[in-house]
This record gives sequence, C-alpha cells and structure tokens, in this order.
Amino acid sequence: MKKLIAVALVLVLALSLVACSSETNNTQGNKDVKIGVILVHDENTGYDEAHINGIKKALETCGIPNDTDHVVWKYNVPEDEKCHDAAIELVEAGCTHIFSDSYGHQAYMQQAATENPDVVFASMTGDTAALSGLKNFKNAFCNTYESRYVSGVVAGMKLQELVNDGKVAADNMDENGNIKLGYVGAYPYAEVVSGYTAFFLGVQSIVPNVVMDVLYTSSWFDPVAEGEAANTLMSRGCIIISQHADSTGAPSACQAAQEAGTTVYCVGYNIDMLPAAPTAALTSAQNDWSVYYTYAFNCALKGEDIATDWAKGYAEGANMISALGESCAAGTAEKVAEVEKGIKEGTLNVFDCSKFTVGGETVTSFLAIDTNGDFQGDEGEAIENGVFHESTLRSAPYFSLRIDGINELNNN
Amino acid sequence: MSKAKKHEPLVHITKRGTLPLWHNLAIRAIGLAAALVVCAIVLYALTGLNPLKIYGAMFKGAFGSARRVWTTIREIMMLLCIGVGLAPAFKMRFWNIGGEGQVLVGGVAAAACMIYLAPNMPLAPVLLIMFVLSALAGAIWGLIPAVFKARWNTNETLFTLMMNYIALQITSFCVSKWENPYGSNTVGIINPTTNAGWFPSIFGQQYMLNVIIVMLIAVAMYLYLKYSKQGFEIAVVGESTNTARYAAINVKRVIIRTVMISGAICGIAGFIAVAGAGHTISTSTAGGRGFTAIIVAWLSKFNSFIMLGVSSLLVFLQRGASEIASQFDLNDFVSEMIKGMILFFILGSEFFINFKVHFRTARKETENK
Repeated sequence: MKKLIAVALVLVLALSLVACSSETNNTQGNKDVKIGVILVHDENTGYDEAHINGIKKALETCGIPNDTDHVVWKYNVPEDEKCHDAAIELVEAGCTHIFSDSYGHQAYMQQAATENPDVVFASMTGDTAALSGLKNFKNAFCNTYESRYVSGVVAGMKLQELVNDGKVAADNMDENGNIKLGYVGAYPYAEVVSGYTAFFLGVQSIVPNVVMDVLYTSSWFDPVAEGEAANTLMSRGCIIISQHADSTGAPSACQAAQEAGTTVYCVGYNIDMLPAAPTAALTSAQNDWSVYYTYAFNCALKGEDIATDWAKGYAEGANMISALGESCAAGTAEKVAEVEKGIKEGTLNVFDCSKFTVGGETVTSFLAIDTNGDFQGDEGEAIENGVFHESTLRSAPYFSLRIDGINELNNN
Repeated sequence: MSKAKKHEPLVHITKRGTLPLWHNLAIRAIGLAAALVVCAIVLYALTGLNPLKIYGAMFKGAFGSARRVWTTIREIMMLLCIGVGLAPAFKMRFWNIGGEGQVLVGGVAAAACMIYLAPNMPLAPVLLIMFVLSALAGAIWGLIPAVFKARWNTNETLFTLMMNYIALQITSFCVSKWENPYGSNTVGIINPTTNAGWFPSIFGQQYMLNVIIVMLIAVAMYLYLKYSKQGFEIAVVGESTNTARYAAINVKRVIIRTVMISGAICGIAGFIAVAGAGHTISTSTAGGRGFTAIIVAWLSKFNSFIMLGVSSLLVFLQRGASEIASQFDLNDFVSEMIKGMILFFILGSEFFINFKVHFRTARKETENK
C-alpha cells in the first residue's frame, strides 16, 4: 500500500513538473497580443468552420503566427458556465483579446469582461456590448441581410424563368395568384426575421407576386428537422426553399423531391450547397468573417480600440454569395453583378420602406434598441428618409417587423 | 502428443472469492496504468506528439491554477451528486436511465424560483424553497415510472428513458417562455446584476456550497445504504424480489420509495447546476451527466467514496481532454478516445477482480510432449 502511495506521489510530481515547464514556455512568446478563441463547435459545422477559416486568414494577413504562444483555441464550448470557465482560462493563459462565435456565449463573455477590465472580449453576433457600458466588451456581425437579398435575386431570376416556361403549377400559388416561397428558419429571432425578409424582398424585386411561408425548426443545426420542414413547405406548394439554419437538411430534401419529379429549387446559407443538392441548389448567402478578424487583430496590434459594434457587408467584402449552380437562370450573373454594385455603392437599399408594408401600411418609424429589457425598442430611430437602416445602430440585426406577404406557420 | 491425455486448455478461468480492498484497488491501479501506457503508444502513433507532454497538459488543464481546480471540483460534485442519486435505484436493480430528465426538471424548478421568487425574497429562504421544489420535481419524475413498475411491472429502462424526452420538451418550453432576448432561445444568465438566487460564496469560494451539499448527500447515502434498514431492504429487493417477499418486505413500497429518493437527489443536482454553477437553464443543463453517472454508480458498486474517485477520474479526463485539444490543436475526439480507452481498461480490470485466470504451466507442456 505504501509503495502504491509512493508511486502515485512520484507520478503527480512528475506531471506537475511537466505542467510547470510548459507554462514557462508559454510566457516566453510575444507578450503584446495573444488571441483567445471560443468556438461553440469545431470545424465540422459550417458556421464554426467559417469563423475558423476567417480567423486563420486574418492571422496570416496580420502576421500573427498560429501557434500556442499567440493563439489559443477552445473548441466545443457549450453556451453555459463552461464558456465563462473557458474565457477565464484564456485570460489566465495570457490572452489579451478573446473572441467567441456564438450568441449564447455572450452573457458569459460579458461576465468575464466585467471581471477582467484589461482584457478585450468580443462576442460575435451579440447585441449587449453598447448597453453594457463596458469599454472592453465588443460585438460584431456581418451584414448577412445583404447577401440574403442577393441570393433572393438569384432565386427571383429562376422563378421568373419558371413562370416564363409555364412550370409554375396552380398548387404553387395561393388563391390570389401569388407564387409561394418557403423558408426554413431556426428561431423567431430578429436575426432570422431580418434575413428572411431580405431574401423575400430580393425575390420580390424580380417577381412581384410572391408570398412566403416560414417554418421554424427551433434549432440552429438539426438536419432531420430542417429536411422535414422543407418537405412540409414543399407539400404546401412552395417552389423555392431557402433557409436560416446551418445544415444541408433542407437542400438534400429539395434535391430528393426534385429527383422525384417536383419542381423545386433551394437557396442555402453559410456553405456551398451544390455538393448536397447539385441540381436543386442555386446559391448560398455567405459571410466572410476574416474581414472583421483582420480589422480586430490590426487594432489589437496597433493598440487601438476595437469598435463596440462592428457591422460591414458587401462594400468591405464581408458578404457574398457562393458560386451559382448549374440550374440558375440565364442572365443571373449579370443581374447579380448589377445588384451587388448597387449595394456596394449604397444606391440600392435592401429595406426600402416603399417596397414593403406592415398590416397594409408603410412603416415610417421603428425604434431599434431596447434599453429597459422589455424586448420592445425604446430608443434609436432606424428609419430615415424612407429607408430602414439595418445594423447601423448596433451590429446585431434588429429588423423584426413581420411584413405583409410573409406568413409564419409555427411561431408559438 | 498422446491422444489419450485429457486436453487441457491454455487458459482457464475461475471465479474469485471476495478480494481484500487493497488487492481490489491494486488491480484497478494496474488497469489504469496499462491504459495510460496503451494510450501513450496510440497517441504517439497517431499524432507524433510526446505522450508525457500530453498527459502533462491534461493535468495542467484540470489542476493548472486555483480556479481550474475549483472548476474541476464543481464538475466532480455535479457528477458525484447524480451518481449518488442513481446508486440506490441501481442497487435495487431498477434501471434508472432517467437521471438526465430528473436533473432537468429539478433545474427547471430551480430556475423558475430564481426568476419569479428570488428578486423579491431574502436568499436563505429562497435557496431552501429551491432545494425542496427541485427535489420534489425530481422525485415526481422518479415516482411515475416507479409506480408503473411496482403496480404493473412495466419496463423501467424504457419508461425512465422516455421520461427524459418529456423533461427535455418541458425544458425547451420553459426556455422559450423565459428566453432573453425574445426569439433567441437562450435564457442567458438569470439575475446577472443582483445575483438573486445564486449560491453565496463561502470562505470566499464560489463553489463551496456545492461541495458541502453534495458531500453531505454522499455521506448520508453511504450510511443509508450500508447501515439503515431501508438500505438493507434495497439490497434484498435487488438480489431477489421473491426473497424480499418471503422476508415480509413490501416490495412495491421499497421500489417506489427508493426511486423517489433517487429522483429527488438527481433533482437536487439540477438545483445545484442552475443555482450553483450555470445560473441559467437550457436543454443541455444536464449535459449527458445523467448517463455518465450510471458508469460512476456501477463502477463504484454504489459506494459513495469510490464514486468520488471515479467521478474525479472522469472529470479529470474530460477537463484534460479539452485542454489538449486547445494546446496541441487536436480534435476533441482524440480526448474522447483516451477517455474510451481508459474506461475500457478500468472495466476490464473488473474482470480480473471477479475472476482468476490460470495459465497452463510450462512443466505440463513438456510433459505433454
């Protein structure tokens, strides 16, 4: 028994020696900037992969070596107290700038930011940085609504072609002759609402007589539920299906339905859906997070403050659509180029209030920021000169109006 | 080789009697050491990294700083609490796969108190109410399958498993009720500024109360199972319900009572997870611990103190795992692999504890020739 204890003690001592030596190694590196990354999953999901690639590209651009002295990665961090643990561990590892990629991390990042005023914490897709009043707590988001609008234009071009070819059947239309679109959404959250509205307006800019059914899956990533939702929408007659959920469930379902003889096409998100749906997928709306990370890392290297709310889009290269599929209508590329030019130059506004109505009326005022916690905006006018300015008052989307023509099938 | 000789197999296995505790532990220690060696070889073969460095990083990940030690302790206590909760049910051979759901309903009850009661009440009574309601919620979650088992002999494995899904849906429902902000499907930290309904720091340690509650429950469970009449009844019902009936034990009552206790402790684990650790509620509040705790309970033969050891090992592996994933840029699956191999060896050592292996001796071999 004594022998056993002795062996155990020796093991513990040996391990602590190893542990100590690796600690000293860590502190020898570049002390100025050390990046900490908190990811909700790993490279196996499209969303996290986009962040990982964005960070790697930005590191290269900024000349920060991707080794453990300069960057510490935390994978598969759940959205609970473990996020706070991870953030504190990164602080203890000497990180000066810590980034988290999922909305649910935000509360724990903010908590860590309060406790560590010398370290900068940035919560991607979050919305409380400005309200928190913390100098070291930041939010950022790409203007996904812009790429969704463009992907809507691609879908609209295809729809026009289907109309011209007489391929839109009677059951693809409602009683007023409007063609039905479908959208698989994750949650009835402003980010999703903003996205599907932009997509809808994109389609409507080409084919005016459309309506859209939205079906929520209550998950950001659930291939089975997304596939089922797509099937439900198709059975309701929806001829184009788009999505704000991270899997290939919906495109795969569309491809299967198309091969079985249904006329249906789909528009994806984040990743190129062509491998999953070679003839059904038209394109995907995408973000390039490297634009933000490059900006943030450069700020860090120069010792400058990072913007509390960062939101950029097409003009800065933070948004794009993936390669057009073979099923896209003729002339799509030209139209896309024209629309993209308009967005970049600011001549085309995605949320032009003259293009949509709410309850039959044109919207003239919308308060975007909720300061008292009742989930009703009470500050910050988003509408100016007849244009709803998305993501200018804060980075996270706040367009939560339910416009006419869009029908949520299962919102509570 | 003569055909007349009776064929003797190369190895044969006999059942062992009860081993002294130190012998028992020594076999496990050898199993653990063997696991570490095999893991080292596999790790080196797969990644080319120095396995000692990897083990060092794992150690550092779990115990590298005072804070990490406390985080590790918090996780150990969570797992131990659920393990202790499952122990009486499993000892009775009632397959309670429903720990996950019992933790969740306990957590939901605690979160509801934090949201609706805590802002308007002093801390001590709120924590007491949360404790009682969480235990009650867990107990009810245990009571339902227990009654069906006792009255109609339904299959408790399937029943408790199904109860998990119901608990999961109830949690989803509550999350969408309490979500902050609207539509985001996260509750976020509850009472982030007032800390109402949070466990208070004791001796300056945020997680001290977790340790106190769980250790009290663990010791009480040890005494209950080992020395109380009810503990004895559990053991008898577990071995044979006919014997129990012959000994005039009311089997139905024992089943219902035991599973309620089991569920109540799991419910308390949910309370600790919400008020003492996460300060939030989500469908991942139980985080699979309801299943991991089954391994904890079985490997420890329902002994609270061995459960503490097994929980510590499992949590150490898990914490170390995420550290090596980030330090060596290895995927988390590598650490899952290590965990799997170590568990395999520990389970394997159970075999050597229960059975003795005899090899055909060399002398006999020569005789045969």
